[in-house]
Amino acid sequence: MHPLLRMTVQRLAFGLLTLFAISLFIFLAIELLPGDLTEEILGQSATPETVAAFRRELGLDQPAHLRYLDWLGGALTGDFGTSLANGREIGELLAARFGNTLFLAAYAAAISVPLALFLGLLAALYRGSWFDRFVNVATLSSISFPEYFVAYILLLFLSVKWGLFPSIADFGSGADLGTMLYRTFLPALTLVLVVTAHMMRMTRAAIINLLAQPYIEMARLKGASPARVILRHALPNALSPIINVVALNLAYLITGVVIVEVVFVFPGLGQLMVDSVAKRDIPVVQAACLIFAGIYILLNLAADLLAIATNPRLMHGK
Amino acid sequence: MTLTDISRRGFLATGTAALALGPTALRAQAGPRRGGAIRIGHSGGATSDTIDPATYAAGPVVTAMLGGVCNNLVEIDAEGRAAPELAESFEPDAEARVWTFKLRDVAFSNGARLTAADVIASFNHHRGEDTKSGAKGLLEQVAEIRADGDRVVVFELTAGNADFPFVAADYHFVIMPDDGSGRIDWQAGIGTGGYTLEEHEPGVRIRLKRRDDYWKEDRAWFDEVTLLTINDPTARQNALVTGEVDIINGVPPKTVHLLGRRPGLSLVEVTGTAHYPFPMHCDTAPFDDVNVRLALKHAIDRQEMLDKVLKGHGSLGNDHPIAPGNRFHAADLEQRAHDPDRAKYHLKQAGLDSLDVSLSTSDAAFAGAVDAAVLFQESAGRAGIRVNVDRKPADGYWSNVWLKDPFAMSYWNGRPTEDWMFSLVYADGAEWNESRWSNPRFNELLVAARAELDEGLRAEMYHEMQALCRDDGGSIIPMFANYIDGKNDRIAHGEVASNRFLDGWKVVERWWAV
Repeated sequence: MHPLLRMTVQRLAFGLLTLFAISLFIFLAIELLPGDLTEEILGQSATPETVAAFRRELGLDQPAHLRYLDWLGGALTGDFGTSLANGREIGELLAARFGNTLFLAAYAAAISVPLALFLGLLAALYRGSWFDRFVNVATLSSISFPEYFVAYILLLFLSVKWGLFPSIADFGSGADLGTMLYRTFLPALTLVLVVTAHMMRMTRAAIINLLAQPYIEMARLKGASPARVILRHALPNALSPIINVVALNLAYLITGVVIVEVVFVFPGLGQLMVDSVAKRDIPVVQAACLIFAGIYILLNLAADLLAIATNPRLMHGK
Repeated sequence: MTLTDISRRGFLATGTAALALGPTALRAQAGPRRGGAIRIGHSGGATSDTIDPATYAAGPVVTAMLGGVCNNLVEIDAEGRAAPELAESFEPDAEARVWTFKLRDVAFSNGARLTAADVIASFNHHRGEDTKSGAKGLLEQVAEIRADGDRVVVFELTAGNADFPFVAADYHFVIMPDDGSGRIDWQAGIGTGGYTLEEHEPGVRIRLKRRDDYWKEDRAWFDEVTLLTINDPTARQNALVTGEVDIINGVPPKTVHLLGRRPGLSLVEVTGTAHYPFPMHCDTAPFDDVNVRLALKHAIDRQEMLDKVLKGHGSLGNDHPIAPGNRFHAADLEQRAHDPDRAKYHLKQAGLDSLDVSLSTSDAAFAGAVDAAVLFQESAGRAGIRVNVDRKPADGYWSNVWLKDPFAMSYWNGRPTEDWMFSLVYADGAEWNESRWSNPRFNELLVAARAELDEGLRAEMYHEMQALCRDDGGSIIPMFANYIDGKNDRIAHGEVASNRFLDGWKVVERWWAV
């Protein structure tokens, strides 16, 4: 078996084990939270009798370990059950939300990844110049502000004052791509501002680190142009850390954007998960968490595979 | 005798109309017209929402179902009267114990005619062993519901209740079709209302479309209504300002002046029944001494709290839950004011030099609850009372803190009648008697007033009960809040009801586009 293939299979197997551990952990964590779904939904109007009837209806009067095993049995056969709160199929509930989340993440990534790499390379190339400093200050400032602050500033100017973009990102069902891109521009821009700095700084640092190496000096001495030195000689060797940080940021774009969703009223997976935790809707939380965990596992695996694939020394070891 | 002419809050009518109309007054007079697709930015939605009437709570689902998709037997009109809706008329017997509702001949949106069986199934959804309904307690007074032919429903109560029509107007009791087995098929989302439910994505949006064959001719003007869940108040205001939505509810008092200044937008503000009690457990030391309760009631600075927490968008409370707009509000009861000397006097009567109490609070109780608690701490300090502000997590506040801690902040949307509010929260043995108050005279009056059909006598009894609440009760009630909604100039409306926000949650059927 090819070593890469073997690693993939191994890692996927470990990934499944991780998912199992996570599902158990999440279940226990939600059990530890005070109150359950019936009390949270009925809120101030809960009485012992109505809570008991509600629990009977949902099977929440069963002991915790039985409920977990029941859920696990379903999950192993591909049935993630129905939402306790509104009785809808988990798959149906999550599909639209997950699609929205992926769309926004892809939109933000399509802008931020090339932008970060480009700025990082330029900053490394012109290290110490006013350009380098400007890019560093600008990106570090945007990452230092809380997301909602960046979001509100963008809203204030681009939406409320100048009226260029809508303040609500929800594009409804059946919108065309142009509308979708226009409606979600502000949240995507917010995310771009938040994630660019991290990737840009890593690109710059990795390249600058390599520029001190003797083989780069050799390339310079033989008369290669600065751009060629960076793109041909330095960049391939810097890819591994860059790929890792890009993967981390992609995972963040999918799993960590609930605040942006709230500010721009965007129906993504994050909002669904926060609502479900607040209501103790365990099957939905489980499914959302497993998706998030799966994303992390897959992106990390992809990053490692790519890092190996782009490094001949690792590809053709021994 | 029919009770359709029950009139209350007469004085509010003029006040709310002046507040509500504003710049659109001229156009509003042109009268409603049909048409328009509008969007409403609504708070209180969640991905866990369902259209099951048993779990309704303030949010876009109720605004869509109560005022759009469904009707009740009775509705509360803009003047706060119980007006017949699906009931053509309703009549009590001499003791107000047996109520007879005659039904209108109308059709559900699926074409089926409304019958007594539908009404019975809709009410039974909230009764019995297996219901999880938040309105179960409200129907415990109902001994039997029976049909008298297809067009008449008779409610037999365990004891007289002159206000029973108001109960039938409660938002839980929307009428849905019977599925043939005595249960309602709520999943179908079918009602007799002016709109059909086209799309419900929980916590995101609800889309309604007008029915052409609606039985009310002077209601349901919009062609299409979309209710968007926008829980973040800032996002909701932005949506109104940028024209993304036409109407929003719940404008926070802190920024209401900014919104009112913008051209093309106007505010709809009414004095409601919502209030913020600070209940003390009357069976727990030190609150079991009425002098301690009175000391705390005098130690709070109501005016300051109204000015700072609600920015003046409300009215002063007098330690009883009956709002200025209620039918039997005791307006001549002296308004209690901040008086540190009186507080000290009552402490001395209780045999104390100083007092330490712990007040549990959280913004889950209401927005600004923690600020209000800190203000109380400050004003109580002037009377030698140390209030320890104990901030609790918002998550699970209603199940873990409220009703459990001896002094914890609370919130009530209020109820349309005195009897309802008192029975729910102040009656001896009531599930939600948050102050664990038990006053024999009060409870005696409560039962007597409920069955009394003579308005003058009832007014007297409710007056005495408000005084008892104020001078003996366990709740400090510093203020009543206004309902503040916002809209743009595309939208017009008539006189606005004050029982809930968004025109008594009936915005979808009562307002129109100009």
